[in-house]
Amino acid sequence: MKYTKPRAILCLAGLVIAVQVLTRVTGTQYYLTQLTMAAYYALVVIGLTVLMGYAGQISIGHAGFFAIGGYLSAALTTHNLVLFADRPLVLLLDRIGILVRGQDIYGEHLITVAPWAACLLALVAAATIAFLLGIPVLKLKGHYLAMATLGFGTIIYRIALATDYFGEADGISEVPGFTLLPGIGPVPPLVVNGDFGNRVQNYYIAWGVLIIGMVLLLNLIDSRIGRALRSIHGSEEAAEAVGVDTARCKLQVFVLSAVYAALAGVLLTHYNGGLGPSEASVMKSVRYVALVAVGGMANLWGALVMGVGLTFLSLRGVFGSFDDAVFGAILILVMLFAPDGILGLQFHTLAARLKRFGAGGSHDA
Amino acid sequence: MVPTMLELKNVNKYFGGLHAVSDVSFRVEQGTIKAVIGPNGAGKTTLFNLIAGNLVPSAGTIIFQGREIQGMKPHRIAALGMARTFQNIKLFHGMTALDSVMVGRHVRSRAGFLAGMFHLPWTWREEREIRDRAMELLELLDIAGFADVEATSLAFGQQRSVEMARALAMEPKLLLLDEPAAGLNIYETAEVARLITRIRDMGITVLLVEHDMSLVMDISDEIVVLSFGEKIAEDVPAAIQNHPEVIRIYLGEDEEAVV
Repeated sequence: MKYTKPRAILCLAGLVIAVQVLTRVTGTQYYLTQLTMAAYYALVVIGLTVLMGYAGQISIGHAGFFAIGGYLSAALTTHNLVLFADRPLVLLLDRIGILVRGQDIYGEHLITVAPWAACLLALVAAATIAFLLGIPVLKLKGHYLAMATLGFGTIIYRIALATDYFGEADGISEVPGFTLLPGIGPVPPLVVNGDFGNRVQNYYIAWGVLIIGMVLLLNLIDSRIGRALRSIHGSEEAAEAVGVDTARCKLQVFVLSAVYAALAGVLLTHYNGGLGPSEASVMKSVRYVALVAVGGMANLWGALVMGVGLTFLSLRGVFGSFDDAVFGAILILVMLFAPDGILGLQFHTLAARLKRFGAGGSHDA
Repeated sequence: MVPTMLELKNVNKYFGGLHAVSDVSFRVEQGTIKAVIGPNGAGKTTLFNLIAGNLVPSAGTIIFQGREIQGMKPHRIAALGMARTFQNIKLFHGMTALDSVMVGRHVRSRAGFLAGMFHLPWTWREEREIRDRAMELLELLDIAGFADVEATSLAFGQQRSVEMARALAMEPKLLLLDEPAAGLNIYETAEVARLITRIRDMGITVLLVEHDMSLVMDISDEIVVLSFGEKIAEDVPAAIQNHPEVIRIYLGEDEEAVV
């Protein structure tokens, strides 16, 4: 059967349903938890794939954007504003209706920012930071861009680790659920949270978001802008010569991938009910890069399959305490033997590369 | 009087102490083919990079269709209607010939990020137009059979054609060709000559840099000769052929010629 975009998406949706049914039949529904989390991580990976694989701009700082999304929505929806209730800013926020009142488990009054507003703020913040960072940083190329984004990731990590507002080393917990749609009549509400009874619903929410995210990116790479992005990767000078505003295109795709990462951060944080500074760590950024590479760089489907698959195994604890080491090793092996990704690998090319490597030859450019 | 497409006024470029282009002025009239010739290191490619915006002149003015363009980014100049090819072909790695030429339609189409992501209905027709136009150009250049082949894996002459198709896809007013016959045999060169005249007949003004004297003499309406960054002659081909200064720099000094 010939590959077409709608057909592939339908197959994926069918597979998602089949997996859920299978876990139900076999009584292994506990897998759904990791599959849900893996879907959110894969959202970061596909966003990064468009930036790295198609536009050719590396970022070793995307855990930073994930953390900006996660931490902002966590902090805004958990910090109690009761003490500041009479401040003008809080009054203004209340007036425009983005605050919610409630009680904590001890019966204390709580005033917090509503999750939808926190989510919106987090996404706007991530986009703004990506924009401001991207203007100077995207002028750099190759190693220099890698180092600059690494620097950004490190800063976000240290901020998360050292700021009282973000819970320092403990991170933020007891993040409330995020009601996407209120219940109408017999239809139950759509809530992103980690409640045991909500597991199936959350599995479908996560995969729904991932599939929509995937469709939008698949459309993008087939469009005029997608061609422009690939042309930048191919030759920046020639892209400029045909009228592609390379600086603007790079900035836009950088912001887009940052928003994808931040959205994943927001939703996963509400699903897990909290997050810690390890989500912002440089190792996480390296892991995203490794997943893009093992998926085949300019290959959204490869990124999705590898992003979900390897993250799922990692979350199931298959790699034990060697977790980070496994992703490091993947990065080395992919670069040496399969620069086009595992899925794009054909047996005879692998054999040739292994032989050449054995003979002491080096990998061609 | 024929309107001026491009005008250079006292253009200078220094690289540190090197005076790569020195006080060069000339006009390119609309609908003509003008050639810039000169020995290696005369500053021809530097001059092209100044015109196309890849380099900023140290001094002087460049006017394209009545607008000063020195210092503008290359993509803005391209959007104004100037296309170019490169001396050492620059194609997009990993893209097919057809996709590469479709990128050439960038300035003639307008779907942005959101329109692309949501695959908005009005973009469908635009996409079809881009594809059809790109295909026509591949046919014009006799490489339609390679539409789905990765452009960088094609034979040298075909890569040149892809680059030319990509430039033509922009529907430029002015086309800059940087050594379009470099690396081609005499038959292919003759083919290029025919193509360039055809492009001129399509209403596109051509400015080319070329080593191959036969090509330049056959097709150019006017020739500018550069030597060590300075313009030493500007005239019709027949006059250039007999210009003593030009003969001197191309054939060497008198004493050397005697020896």
